[in-house]
Amino acid sequence: MDRHRPALTRPWALLLAVPPLAFLGLFFLWPVANILALGVAPDGQLALGGVIETWTEPFVLDTVLFTLTLAGVSTALTLLLGLPAAWVFARFDFPGKRVARALTVVPFVLPTVVVGSAFLALLGPRSPINVVAEVLFGADVPQVRLDGSVGAILVAHVFYNMAVIIRLVGGMWAHIDPHTEDAARMLGASPWRTFREVTWPLLRPAVISAASIVFLFTVTSFGVVLLLGGPRDTTLEVEIYRQTAILLDLPTAAALTILQMAGVLALLLASARAQEGLAVQQRLRASAETVRRPRPGRERVVVAAILVVTVVFMFTPLAVLVERSLAAPDGYGLAAYASLLEADPRMRLSAAPWQSVVDSLTFAAATTLIAGTLGLLAAVAVGYRRGWLSRGLDALIMLPLGTSAIIVGLGFLVTLDTPPLDLRTSILLIPIAHALIALPFVMRAVVPTIRSIDDRLREAAAVLGASPARAWREVDGPIIARGALVGAGFAFAVSLGEFGATLFIARPDSVTIPVAIYRLLGQPGAANFATAMALAVVLMVLTATAVLLLERLRGGGPQPF
Amino acid sequence: MDRPSPRRSSAVVATAVGLLLVSALPALGQERTLTLMTHDSFYLPAAVIENFEAAHEVDVRLLPAGDAGAMVNQAILTADRPLADVLYGIDNAFLSRALEADLFEPWQSAALEFVPAELQLDPEHRVTPIDYADVCLNLDREAFADGALTVPTSLEDLADPALAGQLVVENPATSSPGLAFLLATIAHFGEDPETGWTAFWTDLRDNDVTVTSGWQEAYYGSFSGGTGEGDRPIVVSYASSPAAEVIYGSDPTSDESPTLAIEAGCFRQIEFAGILRGTDEPELAGALIDHLLGVEVQAELPLAMFVYPARSEVALPGVFEQHALVPTAPLSLDPATIDAGREAWIREWTDIVLR
Repeated sequence: MDRHRPALTRPWALLLAVPPLAFLGLFFLWPVANILALGVAPDGQLALGGVIETWTEPFVLDTVLFTLTLAGVSTALTLLLGLPAAWVFARFDFPGKRVARALTVVPFVLPTVVVGSAFLALLGPRSPINVVAEVLFGADVPQVRLDGSVGAILVAHVFYNMAVIIRLVGGMWAHIDPHTEDAARMLGASPWRTFREVTWPLLRPAVISAASIVFLFTVTSFGVVLLLGGPRDTTLEVEIYRQTAILLDLPTAAALTILQMAGVLALLLASARAQEGLAVQQRLRASAETVRRPRPGRERVVVAAILVVTVVFMFTPLAVLVERSLAAPDGYGLAAYASLLEADPRMRLSAAPWQSVVDSLTFAAATTLIAGTLGLLAAVAVGYRRGWLSRGLDALIMLPLGTSAIIVGLGFLVTLDTPPLDLRTSILLIPIAHALIALPFVMRAVVPTIRSIDDRLREAAAVLGASPARAWREVDGPIIARGALVGAGFAFAVSLGEFGATLFIARPDSVTIPVAIYRLLGQPGAANFATAMALAVVLMVLTATAVLLLERLRGGGPQPF
Repeated sequence: MDRPSPRRSSAVVATAVGLLLVSALPALGQERTLTLMTHDSFYLPAAVIENFEAAHEVDVRLLPAGDAGAMVNQAILTADRPLADVLYGIDNAFLSRALEADLFEPWQSAALEFVPAELQLDPEHRVTPIDYADVCLNLDREAFADGALTVPTSLEDLADPALAGQLVVENPATSSPGLAFLLATIAHFGEDPETGWTAFWTDLRDNDVTVTSGWQEAYYGSFSGGTGEGDRPIVVSYASSPAAEVIYGSDPTSDESPTLAIEAGCFRQIEFAGILRGTDEPELAGALIDHLLGVEVQAELPLAMFVYPARSEVALPGVFEQHALVPTAPLSLDPATIDAGREAWIREWTDIVLR
């Protein structure tokens, strides 16, 4: 477990970092800097007094505290529920595992409007608990209600982000050599002690990596807070949206954005440092070697219990959506699905709803291509290096996750406005915006695996006569490729479900699935509602299928480690 | 996919960047295009847009740009290099700000003679009224059917303890109908600290009003009528919502909507279109505004966007006549007053109702 000199020289790392840096610079840093400049220096004169004045307003402190607490508690809860699930999915074999694991990604892509409606059904006044209570104790029984509370926001945050933990941490966990753990058990260590002293140190970098993504997602949470939270619950992200879109107060929005980005950047640098320091080289194993059936007895009970909790928690809301897509005035039917095939002017979409499926898939493919390529380059530059360059690039790539979508959107408008880069109304803006969000996933899926590649493998290859390039290709290549496939799956899913950026920016009249759902829900009426739910179910199926196909790719061929 | 070679990756990047640059280049030798920037709720049947395209040999591109506030903000930020030729969907709540930013070129449409004077808020014709929508209280008919609850006939009734816990409104800080309803109460009660809107909202708070962040959360989540799944029988929605419940309902021929819009507390939102200053095609842009105010589009508006046509002589569809409400005396406020007061009002409202 020695720490070796980097396997990639600095000039090469810099060279590989150029394309992702150029992309971020052009489509993120420059636009954001421009829009912030408009807010902070409206007349060309830097007005820092106004910024500081905004920061010292009492509502800002309240908002910051609420935002941080909410994100911190959400992340902790997600880890609490996600880590056991990650363990079960990584280490055990059970019937239906492939499908179940693919389905865990589904919540991640569902538009908040849809999830909100499922949660209202489960947590609101007409929830099953209340219905049963009313039948048992009469109409006067007090109702259990979580909607409109911080509790509902927390539940939704965990629901949304479980996949990040299950897949990013589980992806690592599946390859940790179980023999080390077995050895510790053999020497008399308790399961808990084995986890704490053997598994946890090996797993820690992946946990920090995944947890920081969850934290960023929840710190910039917008839809969930608006939809499920009470009207008093306002996060920095909601406040930035309010200042920009309702009050048209760019200086205040800019001051808040600077605060948000500075905090996020500090967190990212700290987490990058922690990951670097904690990375441990180890002999990775093929997942097929580490996975087994749970042993009868206590282990089987524990595994089953974790599975039941995970499945009930994650899949009940999904089942509600399926149920609603099938609901018809007289029982159940497929009318809503039939309505996806025809262009009905009442739906107020420019084409039949299925057309949005085609558009979404096209954008998702483009996003996966852009984010996959750039993310892989970035991961190699970050993963093989240590020090400021590696940490800085890592933080920079993560930063868009922690930046307000409306600010990035407005930045595009004031920046990319001169030919040949007048992309403001170009269709390319959509995959570009999606790629900004997807890049961190690709990078974070790959970096921990790179960092844990054992130098001795490469040395062994060299001893056997392989050139350095060949050794890299044979040893590192396959390991990286597998991490990249996990990342690509996320990139695809991020694009399918992305809605924030598309809500705020002007864009060509193309309708992705989330946009179509949002439009369908823009008018009251049972028919529209059912069609929107049917489209949400299509989105679920597409996501699960895409993830299953990617896993098939990953699982094929000889196991490399 | 097993072994990604760095060389292949950089080829992909090069291709992507190349594609990007090529597609960004201005298209050469194409027919003229006219871009119409709208809010996300915009919809017109393809045929009425195609008719305009055929008549003027022009390609109309739609550019949805977020909700009304986000759209106006984008138009202001890009005033030097406008994103579009025509902007449609700016309402009285944001009008003053847009006029102040000098976004529009004047255009006086001939069809304005059919538009009632009270809809024409800009005497300089920088913006043209196209339609209006009234934000009104909607009731769940079923909840009021058995007589246990009395149908409110005035805003004051909402503060009556008999209607405690029955109302859901949207937060004016995050929702356009929410803001309209707040403006309605300001227009109705005035600003006197003892008897004005602040006193009314204090009463509403004491009467257990529910506040949601947006229309969808209020209507689907908290309202009990129609498609709603909540338990509150009074919601702030639109005058046209009961008609939408029928049209989108499971039985479009139904005689009765499950919901009912009432006259008390309706606030009028007028939607305008304007030619964005800096367009290369001012004449065509003007023609598009004329088209929006033409009989063909005006007749489509109710069913397309659930708004009322600005031209008073255009007949409403039957389902509107039957189920929707056309308020006779909606409340309104001058755009300049709204613009000057909005931020302070929202802040004060937040202190009263939410803190």
